[in-house]
Order: sequence, then structure tokens, then C-alpha cells
Amino acid sequence: MKRLLAVGAVVLTTAALAWAGSDAQPKASGAPKPVITKAVKGEQCVEPTDFMRRNHMRLLSHQRDETVIEGVRTKKYSLKECINCHASETTGSVAAAKDDFCVSCHSYAAVKIDCFDCHSTKPQGSAAMHPLNAETAHYKHKLAAQAASKVSAEEMAGVAQ
Amino acid sequence: MSELKPMSNPAPASPERRRFVGAATAAAGLAIAPGVLLIEVAHGRPEDQAASNAVRWGLLVDATKCATGCNDCVTACSTENGWTPVAESAHARQAPQWIRKLELQDPLTQMETNLPMMCQHCAEPPCVDVCPTGASFKRADGIVLVNRHTCIGCRYCMMACPYKARSLVHEPLNDTQKPDVPRGIGCVESCTLCVQKVDRGDGNTACAEACTAAGHNALLFGDMNDPESEISKRLRELPTKQVRADLNLNLGVRYHGI
Repeated sequence: MKRLLAVGAVVLTTAALAWAGSDAQPKASGAPKPVITKAVKGEQCVEPTDFMRRNHMRLLSHQRDETVIEGVRTKKYSLKECINCHASETTGSVAAAKDDFCVSCHSYAAVKIDCFDCHSTKPQGSAAMHPLNAETAHYKHKLAAQAASKVSAEEMAGVAQ
Repeated sequence: MSELKPMSNPAPASPERRRFVGAATAAAGLAIAPGVLLIEVAHGRPEDQAASNAVRWGLLVDATKCATGCNDCVTACSTENGWTPVAESAHARQAPQWIRKLELQDPLTQMETNLPMMCQHCAEPPCVDVCPTGASFKRADGIVLVNRHTCIGCRYCMMACPYKARSLVHEPLNDTQKPDVPRGIGCVESCTLCVQKVDRGDGNTACAEACTAAGHNALLFGDMNDPESEISKRLRELPTKQVRADLNLNLGVRYHGI
């Protein structure tokens, strides 16, 4: 009887260990792992994945100064190209939903990004789908401008005084 | 000239000297490789090449052709660059105005003049002089821009600008920006001479395209450093003025008929 109990205990312990080992992220720690969706377009990123995970911010920071100040518009490390490949298929954006490419990791790592305060989170092509950017916006503005202008002529001509 | 000055007087380079150096560089560039330069100017530069000071982008506004009541340049600018027009803004006094139409009247003769007013892309921009972070800068090809990565939104440049050309984004834009035209809350902005189009090689701005499409032809965009460009030819023929020429800022936007 004693022997049977011992065998049973060993079996249970092994099973418990195996279960614990299989679950790398125990629920007790709370933080859900980031969802990393494979890029919609393209097979391989501009640099190896490991390098990009650690250094994408350096590449982007370097590129942004070259682009803004010097006018160099190479595509390889540009934020626009990141977005072109990594925009989610469902939201069409890299930062609209919490599972979208940029936001997913950044909320897990608790690193706030302010890229998208200014930059569009959507690729070029999809811009036309946005109501503000739609082709009809041109005429909408025109119609609104023909209606009463809220700014007086004096204000508009401020520079002339 | 400058060698004759005493060493104890570190005077900043005068506009004349800068112009001379710029012209000398441009001339040297032309002498070395005229064919290459001509091709670059005609088709836009390659994307890996920085903007060059051999080019100076400018705009000629013919106020005699600018039509009363026409707002096409303003509309085209807001559509191209994604800013909300004043008439649609919830806060009209804070609304961005990269370009605005002015209707002026001479109080003595009642003569009316129409003209668009925007960033004049000064060669000696006061906004650049006053910027505490260096965010306001002039690109090599003469386009005055705001680097939003370093802009802290202090609005000193808005105070310094004699043309009221700049505005601050007061509210979050909630991802309504154009992919080509990043702009956002807490940053100052103004006309960029459609820098995204220039770098793409379009060779024209949205306002000038709209003006031509409307048949007015009051706006002409081009390279003021290239003596063969359309704008240089017109500038040679027409009497033009700089607004507030007394400030001696050497503007990139010139007006005819004001």
C-alpha cells in the first residue's frame, strides 16, 4: 500500500511539474503577452527581427532627423514604410486597437510613444478611406467656405495693418 | 570684403555676403556638372540626396490675376495638407491657416486687391532667429519649416513672424493627419511649400496647381536660383514687391500688382 502511494505521489509531482513547465507565462503574473502579428506585406523586415526589436527606435530617430532637416526621403528606415507593412488587416492601422503592431508591445513594455500624436497610423493608400481625407472633402470645404465665415474681414486682413 | 574687417568685430554674415557665397557655390556646381544639375532640377532629386542650396524654391503671386471670392488655393492647401479650414473649425480664432485669402481696399481710391498670404519663406527668417530649441529652421533649398520633434509649442516664432503665417495646433488631431504630412497637438506649423510634393518631384505646390486648374494662373512656383525657370523669367519681366520689404528678409514669395 505504501509503495502504491509513493508511486502515485511521483506520478502526480511529475504531472504537476510538466504542467508548470508547459505554461511559460503563469496566469498569476497578470500581464498578458503582446500579440505580435506578422506583417501583412513582405517576408522579412529591413533588418533581422532580433535587431529590430532592440534597435528600431534608433533607426527611426536617425531617419527622422535626416528626413525633416535634410530632406532625405529613403524608404528603408522610414516610419511610413513600417506602417505600410505592419498596419493591421482589421483596423488598417498600427496603433488604433490594443492588439495593433506598435501599441501591443509598447503597452506591454509600458513605453509611451508619441509618434502618432503627429504621424498617421495608417498606410498611404488607406488615407482616402478616412472621411476627412475623402475625395469629397474638397467640395465639403468649398461649400462650408461659401457659407458664413466665422472670421471677420479685419482678422483675415490682420497682416495688412 | 570681410577679410578687411577687424578681427575683434565678429559681425554675422551679412545677407549680401551670404547671397554672394550661395551664388558662387551655385555657379561652381553648374561649372562642374551642368548636365547633371539640369536633370536634377527638372525631375526632382533622388530620394537619398539631401536638399541642396543650389535650389531656392519660391512663389510668385500675381495679385492682378487673383480673383475676388475665389478660395481655391486655400481649399487645395487644406486638402493636400489635411488641416481643417477656418469655416469648419470649432474655434475659428485658433484655426490653422497655412494660407489665407486677403481682400484689401485702398481707403482713398476704393481699389480692391486680392492676394493669398502665407509663410513668405524668408532667406533670413525671424522665426528661426527666435526659436529657443532650433525647431524652426530653414532647409537648404530655402523652405522654412518646423521640426515637430523639437518644437515645444512656445509660440515665440508666431510672435516673431511679421506675416502672421504660423499657427499652433491646440487640440489632438486623432489620427486625421495625412501620411505624408505629420502635424499634431502642441506644435507650431505653417506653409511648407508642399515640401512632400517638392521632394516627390512634383515640382509644384497644391495652391499653384489649384490656381492653374481654376484658370487664374495667379500663382507660379519654381526655382528662383535657376535663371531658366519660368519663375525667374517672370521675376525678371514683372515689377514685383516683397511684403514688408523694409525688414530686409529676402522673401521667397514675391507679389506683383500690390
